[in-house]
Amino acid sequence: MKMIAVIDYKAGNLTSVVKALRFLLADNPNATEIRVTQNPEEVLRAEKIVLPGVGHFQATQLLKDLGLTEAIREAVSKDTPGGTPFLGICVGLQWLYAGSTEAPETAGLGHFPGMVERFPATHQGVELKSPHVGWNSLEGIRPDSRLLAGVPSGSFVYFTHSWRAPLSQDTAAVTNYGGGFTAAVERGNVMGVQFHPEKSAETGLRVLKNFLELEPRMNADQSKC
Amino acid sequence: MLTKRIIACLDVRAGRVVKGVQFVDIIDAGDPAELAHRHAAAGADEIVLLDITATHEGRGTLLETVKRAASKLFVPFTVGGGVRTAEEAEAVFAAGADKVSINSAAIARPELIGEIGASFGAQAVIVAIDARRGNKPPAEAEVFIAGGRKPTGRRVVDWAREAEQRGAGEILLTSMDTDGMRSGFDCELTAAVSAAVQIPVIASGGAGSAQHFADVFGAGRADAALAASIFHFGVTDSRALKAELAQAGVSVRLPC
Repeated sequence: MKMIAVIDYKAGNLTSVVKALRFLLADNPNATEIRVTQNPEEVLRAEKIVLPGVGHFQATQLLKDLGLTEAIREAVSKDTPGGTPFLGICVGLQWLYAGSTEAPETAGLGHFPGMVERFPATHQGVELKSPHVGWNSLEGIRPDSRLLAGVPSGSFVYFTHSWRAPLSQDTAAVTNYGGGFTAAVERGNVMGVQFHPEKSAETGLRVLKNFLELEPRMNADQSKC
Repeated sequence: MLTKRIIACLDVRAGRVVKGVQFVDIIDAGDPAELAHRHAAAGADEIVLLDITATHEGRGTLLETVKRAASKLFVPFTVGGGVRTAEEAEAVFAAGADKVSINSAAIARPELIGEIGASFGAQAVIVAIDARRGNKPPAEAEVFIAGGRKPTGRRVVDWAREAEQRGAGEILLTSMDTDGMRSGFDCELTAAVSAAVQIPVIASGGAGSAQHFADVFGAGRADAALAASIFHFGVTDSRALKAELAQAGVSVRLPC
């Protein structure tokens, strides 16, 4: 049976993420197991990895303390397309960057460049309320994105956050709030979404389904293209 | 851009959805799980379930109801009513809620706001405020607790500010003067609270027509608005409501 690891590092409620994943696999529940884990060995064995997370960036420190940072780094570091598919959600996306000004002493994975920063207090002279809460649209969706396949630009998804990731060439979708920020990031098998796909109705379920259907890690022979 | 949110609210007692007028009369309006799913399918941006049983014996039924309602819900789901401690909040999250709403318990012990936020994130804590002002100006609106029955002598705007400082993610503001009357929200009060805090304000109490929503989003400066009786009695559903709001130029997420 395939196993998808959903990492529990005590950063908020992951019940909804697990529920959504199991819902999407309901037609064939014995083919894939969704396992909530803190065990680095299970993460290394997993077919795919999901890192949820809400709350304070500081909570990601536990990933290092539990040896999960190294396990994730090892799992994803093989040259694409060989690495384990990885999806970070909310704080899980932010952790993929160098770090966040919310918790300057806590390093991120550093897979994507730049620091996660707070939304500004004003934008174009008008007060910007924080956190950014509610349904906002995905724009400029990268045509080659596998995570967002079939999601039209302009689709709405649910956000709740006060810090956002910078735009870069790895940005797969942009959302506008106090200027544009990275709503989704993707390079090879490493992906992240700032919004909550488990709370974003049909669009969110489509994103999760795309992740579940990504081709699994290729073995050594296949990666020699 | 960020849209205004339409939130469907279900008041639940002993496992059934009920509706009151001005916090008093009670009528049966259906099964919570079924109604939650129906509202989400019609385009409601979020679902709120408020337990008005609020007795110790009723908690088991509530958690079962939450679990059933959450099972196929993929929009934000808030549960409130009788949440008094961090442990009770934890049980509600475990049953499937994304956010909890706390009211009397937060006034009694404001530290609770930060305690729940520390475990689940500030965005998961909504502080609900029941307000009454009669003919007095918004600045003199008073906070009521215990299902809107007991005056506290505290000013709504001051308490909203304190709740924010203590880590609330959002404010859910219910006007007891307008609640259930379907004659419009208290836009002046909502605007006063919205101006006083940085966090989102959800308006509640009085929705009867699309125009009322447009008013509370405009002059009322609300970020979201709650509706219950307007939906229960088939006056409209989210799909119809949002279509009207979009026509009126309000930024809303239109359902498929």
